[in-house]
Amino acid sequence: MSGLLQIENLRVQFAGDDGPVRAVDGVSFALRRGETYALVGESGCGKSATALSILRLVEPGRIVGGRIVFEDRDLMKLTEKEMRRVRGARIGIVFQEAAAALNPVMRVGSQVSEALRVHTSMSRKEAWSEAVRLLGVVALPEPEAQAKAYPHELSGGMKQRAMLAIALSCSPSLVIADEPTTALDVTIQAQILSLLRSLRDELGLTILLITHDLGVVAENAHRVGVMYAGRIVEEAPVGALFREPQHPYTRGLLRAMPGVGERRQGDRHLPTLPGSVPDPSDPPSGCRFHPRCPDRIDSCDRVEPAETATAPGRRVACHLHDPESRA
Amino acid sequence: MNEIEAPLVEARGLRKSFVRRSGAWSGRGPAVQAVNGVDLDVHRGETVGLVGESGSGKSTFGRMLIRLIEPDAGTIRFEGIDLLSLEPAALRSMRRQFQIIFQDPYGSLNPRMRVGTAVGEPLAIHRLAPSRAQRRERVAKLLEQVGLDRTAIDRYPHEFSGGQRQRIGIARAIACSPRFIVADEPVSALDPPVQAQIINLLLDLQQSLGLAYLFIAHDLRLVEHVCDRVAVMYLGRIVEQAPAKRLYHEPLHPYTRALLASTPSLEPGTPTEPAVAGEPPSPTRPPEGCPFHPRCPIAEAECGRVEPALVEDAAGHRVACHLAGKSSGSVGNE
Repeated sequence: MSGLLQIENLRVQFAGDDGPVRAVDGVSFALRRGETYALVGESGCGKSATALSILRLVEPGRIVGGRIVFEDRDLMKLTEKEMRRVRGARIGIVFQEAAAALNPVMRVGSQVSEALRVHTSMSRKEAWSEAVRLLGVVALPEPEAQAKAYPHELSGGMKQRAMLAIALSCSPSLVIADEPTTALDVTIQAQILSLLRSLRDELGLTILLITHDLGVVAENAHRVGVMYAGRIVEEAPVGALFREPQHPYTRGLLRAMPGVGERRQGDRHLPTLPGSVPDPSDPPSGCRFHPRCPDRIDSCDRVEPAETATAPGRRVACHLHDPESRA
Repeated sequence: MNEIEAPLVEARGLRKSFVRRSGAWSGRGPAVQAVNGVDLDVHRGETVGLVGESGSGKSTFGRMLIRLIEPDAGTIRFEGIDLLSLEPAALRSMRRQFQIIFQDPYGSLNPRMRVGTAVGEPLAIHRLAPSRAQRRERVAKLLEQVGLDRTAIDRYPHEFSGGQRQRIGIARAIACSPRFIVADEPVSALDPPVQAQIINLLLDLQQSLGLAYLFIAHDLRLVEHVCDRVAVMYLGRIVEQAPAKRLYHEPLHPYTRALLASTPSLEPGTPTEPAVAGEPPSPTRPPEGCPFHPRCPIAEAECGRVEPALVEDAAGHRVACHLAGKSSGSVGNE
């Protein structure tokens, strides 16, 4: 598998009451063609800001550093006009709230064909019939009739399918799916995730999946980056991450999830991480997780841990795994 | 659960429909049958889970139990007292015994009211703390009881995180020492590590205060973990109800099986395939017969004609399905 996207040392800031808030603070990862890579973490960890940076859509935030190389082009160096040819055409996006992302006064088919008209030389008629075909690809029942519907006439799952059709309209190589099923019920979530997997495999898509749900990660991602307070603290293939999490934060996240059919005997209390995520305008010194970490050692509150490769395809930013800081 | 003891809350045949205006000029739209004849008991100190998808009527049902929504039909008894026939004054004084925790910790607190005022308001209404000083002291204790600092009393909701706001909502709910709390999706707006903290708080309060909960949620993993008994709703009806362990290990209704099969496991590399096609039909036009039959993978002709009754077995397992028991193991694995 070759590289489709490389992000190096990305930094994004937002203006805050007490100076800049470093929402993304030195994030690096790469996507291979045809894989699903999940960025997982709690609200405010910077996972959505990272994903939106790829489209250069972080307003009111600002990308203050780093490189984003997509299909061998440095997106940071593109003009706004060139960037518009990347958005929607080479990179599609699916948001959590399909209801908010779709135009309420425009027919669903028109919204799909609009993207085609912007990015290709198709006629109105050609674009409409392609839109109907795409609505069929995302398994919207009766695509011909539904293309004429307005968003409010569709259910939540159907709206999400329509948004996926827009994202796919110009045959992108990368689809960013930002919490695509968080607003949906579980039976519908299973349908949408299954559709995403089969589209990935049939169309050779690469998917960047943003989610806070470790169950969704386990079943859909090949590789995972765990984010905490603006950084990737651990990256691993999905099997290794769940079998043998290395960062204490990842372990805490996994432990806090009750499994299905796995109720613990007797006590119903769930294992928790103490405390809460840090204020991004005033992150802790050293390792940002140290105030909540059950395994912290002396250097954790002073020295920021470097990313250490712990196995092929695995890295973790934790002093406990860094041979130098343990010595 | 003591079988001889009367339930704390006893709902029978609760119904509620809403009439929706379908447009600005078209006047009355079709009626939405939100809750369509639901029976449920909650015993002292237990937690009953109520699960189902959006529009299943679970929140409407929860709100009816504490008369935040007036039922169209049915009865509700709280400690044997018929809530629906109570005079307004008597109902008001009963209200301190049952409370609600809302899903959205951002929307459920008045942003212009200090935390101390919000938490102390129920104490003032029910005249449970005669002097201001006494009330303030009681509020400070409540805040500590839910894991907040007593200095929170003079601050405003926006100064707190989602998890902390939910703690404030819980402090307000327990202020008058209720016996029963409807927890309506109390953690679904929160990140998993924060969810775990709030769940543990609810468990601690249940032990120390002897509370009973109706725990309304769509996250089946959490419900299994927290609840003694679980009821599954679909289109305004309970389709299955059982002790938690039974429901998760021997689900009888095809819809329950679909819900369980649709919930992602934490097993990497084993994708959940959709267990049912389609989406729940609109509650304005519920299907004939069994409400689930259009999506049911094992439906037979009878299912489209006759609505199945909720039938209980000796182990307290209730299910409304013509085919329950005939078809074990055939659903959810294909």
